[in-house]
Amino acid sequence: MITKRIIPCLDVKDGKVVKGVNFQGLRDVDSPVKLAQAYSIGGADELVFYDITASAEGRALFTDILCEVAKTVFIPLTVGGGIRSTADFERVLSCGADKVSINSGAIQNPAIVGEAAKKYGDQCVVISADIRRVNGAFHVFAKGGREDTGLEAIEWIKRCVGEGAGEVVVNSMDTDGVKKGFDIELLKKVCEVVNVPVIASGGAGCQQDFIDLFKEIPDIDAGLAASVFHFGEIKIADLKQTLHANGINVRR
Amino acid sequence: MIAVIDYGVGNLFSIKSSFARIGADAVVTSDKKIIQNADRILLPGVGAFEDAARKLRESGMADLLCEEVKKGKYLMGICLGMQLLFEKSFEYGEHEGLGFLKGEVVPMKGYVDNNLKVPQIGWNGLHMERDSVLLKDCKEGDCVYFVHSYFATKCKDSVIATTEYSRPITAAVEKDNVFGCQFHPEKSGEVGLKIMRAFCQAK
Repeated sequence: MITKRIIPCLDVKDGKVVKGVNFQGLRDVDSPVKLAQAYSIGGADELVFYDITASAEGRALFTDILCEVAKTVFIPLTVGGGIRSTADFERVLSCGADKVSINSGAIQNPAIVGEAAKKYGDQCVVISADIRRVNGAFHVFAKGGREDTGLEAIEWIKRCVGEGAGEVVVNSMDTDGVKKGFDIELLKKVCEVVNVPVIASGGAGCQQDFIDLFKEIPDIDAGLAASVFHFGEIKIADLKQTLHANGINVRR
Repeated sequence: MIAVIDYGVGNLFSIKSSFARIGADAVVTSDKKIIQNADRILLPGVGAFEDAARKLRESGMADLLCEEVKKGKYLMGICLGMQLLFEKSFEYGEHEGLGFLKGEVVPMKGYVDNNLKVPQIGWNGLHMERDSVLLKDCKEGDCVYFVHSYFATKCKDSVIATTEYSRPITAAVEKDNVFGCQFHPEKSGEVGLKIMRAFCQAK
């Protein structure tokens, strides 16, 4: 059967990984290319790159790096950050990205989800949502989590999948950075309403959090995390071993 | 030299890069002379069957591929490129394929369990159906990366590996000089590179 995916996420600014990374013997590496290679060798099933640069120069640097990564790493690559138009899709897809993740761009212009899905295929369009509880309801936030859009999250995700998004990244701002586990309540709600792969993000602190995620929500396809992998707190190879030992099907 | 057919379908960056990685000389081209002079041909493909089949026919590429395959040249199709090797597909209607392999392409919806997601997206294991040239360096259970909603069936004489998605799904095919992978070897890590290499070395 299809395996559960483990996905490290790299934030890239001005050609460098934002946080200096202390990775499995590599000290303070900030080269996205080197890190991508290390993760690929270590058993990552996919990589997500977020371009958090604002300048045009930074953007050009990012696509150069993406090309370099795609020349040396042969696992699926998802790219997000600053995606606002089909021209942006084109820009990263031609550099070797397999999927394009869209967040604020879809909130500003929801039609782009359908346009991109028609042009590049549903499998290519990933809707990524930053979600936080506001007065007991799940709200979608824009601009890197700074702005409450007031949109109800579950309805928003349903709508985007209806428009053609082929995959969903659910980032819980409530659990993000807390390292006490994924947001099971929110993720369950999302899995109940969509029939495309759902990737859980936000809250991973230890291996047990991934076991809980996959055991409590069998429909979840992947677990995504950043710092626990970057700082070597969880080694992907060990995590895969643990998941396997707990009866969760993973690629090893 | 390997000719990677460019017929306006799919992203060829990773296919070209994966050939470069294993030291193979690959050229992305739609030039018939280059394709005729190539030792091997790779047929990629992402998107809809009907559209891709029409592009191949209208550009004259379908006839060219027929001639080259008849001469004994090695051809490998990836994903939709593999599906195009068969006689026909039932993706939105009924459409004629290249017919190098016996069999037809049908939807996974209605065949796999209802609670499973279609398309199948992700890494799944290979189950070897018989010995083959293409998968000679792979072992039972090796995982490869799939993204697809349709699959090849009625292809007993060419299937070399299946993958389990509640039921067996055709994963790789081989018949004389014609090869195909439903999954993406160029996105399947070291296992995928082994398969690309086996294709380059086939003789």
